[in-house]
Amino acid sequence: MAKTEQNRIRNFCIIAHIDHGKSTLADRIIEKTGLLTSREMQAQVLDNMELERERGITIKSQAVRTVYRAKDGKEYIFNLIDTPGHVDFNYEVSRSLAACDGAILVVDAAQGIEAQTLANVYLALDHDLEVLPVINKIDLPSAEPERVKHEIEDVIGLDTENAPLISAKNGINIEDVLEQVVKQLPPPEGDPEAPLQALIFDSVYDSYKGVIVFFRIKEGTVRPGMTIRMMATGAVANVVEVGYFGAGQLIPCEELSAGMVGYLTASIKNVKDTRVGDTVTEDRRPCAAPLPGYRKVNSMVYCGMYPADGSKYGDLRDALEKLQLNDASLNFEPETSAALGFGFRCGFLGLLHLEIIQERLEREYNLDLVTTAPSVIYKVHKTDGTVIDLTNPSNLPDPSEIAFMEEPMVAAEIMVTTEFIGPIMELCQQRRGVYKGMDYIEGTRAMLRYDLPLNEIIYDFFDALKSRSRGYASFDYDMKGYVESKLVKLDILINKEEVDALSFIIHADNAYERGRKMCVKLKEEIPRQLFEVPIQAAIGNKVIARETVKAMRKDVLAKCYGGDITRKKKLLEKQKEGKKRMRQIGSVEIPQKAFMSVLKLDDE
Amino acid sequence: MMNKNSFELYVHIPFCKQKCYYCDFLSAPADAEQIAAYREALLGEIRYMSAQIRQAENGQTGTVQSVFIGGGTPSYIPEADIAAILAEIRRQFTVEPDAEISMECNPGTLTQKKAVCYRKAGINRISLGLQSTDNACLARIGRIHTWETFLESYAICREVGFDNINIDLMSALPGQTLAEYLDGLRWAADLKPEHISAYSLIVEPGTALETMLANGQAAPLPTEETEREMYEQTGAVLRQQGYHRYEISNYCRPGKECRHNCGYWKRTPYLGFGLGASSFWKETRWQNESVLQAYLAEAGNRDIRRNPERLSEKDRMAEFMFLGLRMTAGVSAGEFLAQFGVPMEQIYGSVIRKYRDCGLLAEDGDRLCLTEAGINVSNYIFSDFLLE
Repeated sequence: MAKTEQNRIRNFCIIAHIDHGKSTLADRIIEKTGLLTSREMQAQVLDNMELERERGITIKSQAVRTVYRAKDGKEYIFNLIDTPGHVDFNYEVSRSLAACDGAILVVDAAQGIEAQTLANVYLALDHDLEVLPVINKIDLPSAEPERVKHEIEDVIGLDTENAPLISAKNGINIEDVLEQVVKQLPPPEGDPEAPLQALIFDSVYDSYKGVIVFFRIKEGTVRPGMTIRMMATGAVANVVEVGYFGAGQLIPCEELSAGMVGYLTASIKNVKDTRVGDTVTEDRRPCAAPLPGYRKVNSMVYCGMYPADGSKYGDLRDALEKLQLNDASLNFEPETSAALGFGFRCGFLGLLHLEIIQERLEREYNLDLVTTAPSVIYKVHKTDGTVIDLTNPSNLPDPSEIAFMEEPMVAAEIMVTTEFIGPIMELCQQRRGVYKGMDYIEGTRAMLRYDLPLNEIIYDFFDALKSRSRGYASFDYDMKGYVESKLVKLDILINKEEVDALSFIIHADNAYERGRKMCVKLKEEIPRQLFEVPIQAAIGNKVIARETVKAMRKDVLAKCYGGDITRKKKLLEKQKEGKKRMRQIGSVEIPQKAFMSVLKLDDE
Repeated sequence: MMNKNSFELYVHIPFCKQKCYYCDFLSAPADAEQIAAYREALLGEIRYMSAQIRQAENGQTGTVQSVFIGGGTPSYIPEADIAAILAEIRRQFTVEPDAEISMECNPGTLTQKKAVCYRKAGINRISLGLQSTDNACLARIGRIHTWETFLESYAICREVGFDNINIDLMSALPGQTLAEYLDGLRWAADLKPEHISAYSLIVEPGTALETMLANGQAAPLPTEETEREMYEQTGAVLRQQGYHRYEISNYCRPGKECRHNCGYWKRTPYLGFGLGASSFWKETRWQNESVLQAYLAEAGNRDIRRNPERLSEKDRMAEFMFLGLRMTAGVSAGEFLAQFGVPMEQIYGSVIRKYRDCGLLAEDGDRLCLTEAGINVSNYIFSDFLLE
């Protein structure tokens, strides 16, 4: 009986380039499988985080279980695991894929294959998933489903003969997708009687239930009352509840067995005990070996995060710990800054990841943050032969101790229509890219390959790419290792005092331009002070750019008529309130937002 | 002079022939009927408050050291009304024999007959709102008079024997140049008034001028640099003419400081009568009802005090500092200690050091005061004296 049930399970995800309609298709699947009535359907049911809905992208992996009555008259359990599409989140895609047996590949009928389509397909194939191609947005006037089918066959090598032609938005041919899921994607395997072996692919913290672990059972069965053990951390706990994922809610059940996707709670209070990628087994009857975990994730972008209110340091630490539980790609360690006080050096997958974490800290944890300029990890080879990994520019050793420095490179693939090849190549040259080659796809489109320094793409490369290709270019990259580079540390001095939180590492050739832009931006952001305040950019002792914040204008109360002191005092109170949003650097008051403003220097 | 039981009175006359474009005080044109009704309400309020206070203080109300009749335009209403108000004040309170009794007059509303009446009523100080000596500039800010009308009014005041006259001037007016402003300052000083108030225009939200500037209907304001220059040179020009600065915006001949205004900075108690008038009494500040119809209906019959705020110890310390520092004589550490029982240094040491070290505050023995540079950014400094 267990066997038949397993045959009627499909664990799958949807992969796509951003905006090709992945989340919309997920919504349709949930709708068509009848778990929810139309009235209950909010748009994009899976994206339940407030932030995700606003940005229109999916950040966290989410899972939902639905029941589908197929044309063969049998009911199938679909475990649909949602995955993020942005290049920053490859790691999360990867851990979602590990919970699946198959994947639906959504390709836009007008745009065809994009850089992330390929990246995600390769990830899926790496995980031995069966891939089911689906052509979406066929009702667009510019749709060319036949061309896109050819592209998929030529470029990826998938058979598209039975690929459903759908419109997720308008609900066209969704049944076809559901039938294909049943027919084309394989059921899970595994022995329900074997020792428990389950992979943790996510977890969240709930203040009532403690840590909620999301997992996929490969072998065995888990039920309440069982004593389980996390194989990597060694933590032991007693299962309180097991269940599966309704849309937006957890639905308890009696047990979960091999092939199933679900959650468990075990009154686990310490968020560090349940590491994503770890294997859960039964304490009394453990499995022979843990499942292969995930490719260890490396943070690529670092920045300092500081509470605007110094007394919130402890709150920030708690919040980061809780976010880390649910986002293993985030890491952090304490640091101090002369300008900003106590905070954390945090590591992220990319700039979007950084921004999302920052927003989540601010919204979900109600923290007011100041972040420093993002940095990649530089390798500093010292004259004594040692090598240090530099994540905070302030820690750069004295130049006399440095033999040479290396910076990380990425191998980038940029998919672009042929008319924009020129501008995109120009952009890559500006960003110190090294041309590696170009392949034509279907005559009108090309895949450009460049090696690019990571620190050239973490700020605004993606925006620049979009603006130079009228939004058509797509982009993906892989880490490629380190190369020696002529790097310098650019310091910002405000009123002759170095502000450590504003220092960063940059290629010598770009230092002047960037220093100038930073000074101009800071001048805009720093209000007038009691005195004229110079803002300087310097490399070592050499000043390379300078701006001046003018002295404050006259600031005198008007005539104090009829002794209305109360009104005057209110004005002073307002002024004092304004000062609270400032950071005192020496005798200069700098608004918190000035630190953030230099993160995004527009290309003028 | 500084009698322990002395206090001040302020009387507000909220009527004008025409509202100036920059004005955001409680004032508006009115007809004779309204003015008469207001006078009655005001007299009622004076009687009502006097009775209240006498009752609360067991008859020991102290003495009045100064009276200030401001507006609006007090000289706009019938002079008999002014005399009646002062007479009522004398009936209800003990006015010191040498009390300073000031009244604001606007050129164009003053006549010989009125001036004589004011003298008889006991007014001994006249404040004339000149604002600018340039007729075009006066028209641009909605004043009803010219430089020439002002000269007539000034002459009238002197003729009837006023020996303590203030002239109000403004800088940073729309279209004003530095040279025009400084010339005007000299012309005014040449008349040898005892006192000159020189304020910088602040465009208040909701005023006609704000709208006009936004729509391009008003001449542009001087640049920030010019504005600052005007402000800084005011002191130098007036010093040459024998005036000394005793307060952020006030200059006078020796011994002619406005006692009433200094009372505000020294936290002398005062009662304000009239629409929206402010009072400070027994460490509580309040404002009167500010809606004219409500004021007319209630003044004299019931309590029209609004928003009373009982000052905490911290409020009082902050006021001691930010009001006291408006005067060039500054504040006394000894007085602070005597009033609050704690050294000024203990409460404000770090703020004082911060601004002293950058030359915005100066210490002279027991006294602490703003420097010239400090005066220019006084708000910024004052806000640091507020206590959490």
